Amino acid sequence: MYIEIINEEFDPWQKLVDYKKSQLKDRKNIGACSVFLGTMRDINSGDEIKSMELQHYPEMTESYLEKISENAIKKYKIIDTIILHRVGLVSPSDPIVLVATWSEHREDAFDATREIMEALKSEAPFWKKESTDKGFRWVEPQAEISEDMNEA
Amino acid sequence: MIIVVKYFASISDAVGKTSEKIVLQHEMTVGEVWTDVSKNIKYAGKVMTAVNHEYVDENYLLRDEDEVAFFPPVTGG
Repeated sequence: MYIEIINEEFDPWQKLVDYKKSQLKDRKNIGACSVFLGTMRDINSGDEIKSMELQHYPEMTESYLEKISENAIKKYKIIDTIILHRVGLVSPSDPIVLVATWSEHREDAFDATREIMEALKSEAPFWKKESTDKGFRWVEPQAEISEDMNEA
Repeated sequence: MIIVVKYFASISDAVGKTSEKIVLQHEMTVGEVWTDVSKNIKYAGKVMTAVNHEYVDENYLLRDEDEVAFFPPVTGG
């Protein structure tokens, strides 16, 4: 399991290749790898987005990403997982998040990757602040994502 | 009893600070602390709460040296 919060532009595919070569080269039972890459769009809610600031809660973020990964590993037959997430100033088309899972068979990797992403979007403490022609604005979560979360 | 309170994203903007230490004169829940710190601010959105980096609900009873965080629903990924 590997988690990294990255404060500068990164090449997700190179990171993936490097991790596979260094950490998984002897795992001959791997039969599937599922990858999700999220990138920044230049349009949101009908407005052009010039850039975006990704803020997070450092002391809480990594522990939540670990929990999310551990839950997926327990639930599915997963050999390994990786989560990379950008923070700081990002530009349109920049990679924001990469999730990859490795398993013996494709079903486990497909399901685990999706579950990690959905959990990340509803639990991991990241926030997006967009820069538009009208000024700055905080991104609101989709309605269905936050329904089950605790509120003060 | 002293607690550390952290604010993030739009709630940090509304409160005008990112963190502060608060002395509690008596036992308080997280919800009571939010009511207190938000009484003079304009914030109508949902509020998420964490104590010592774990999500809690408004009834969580605070202890000395707890780190409390108030933030809007998350939007990562």
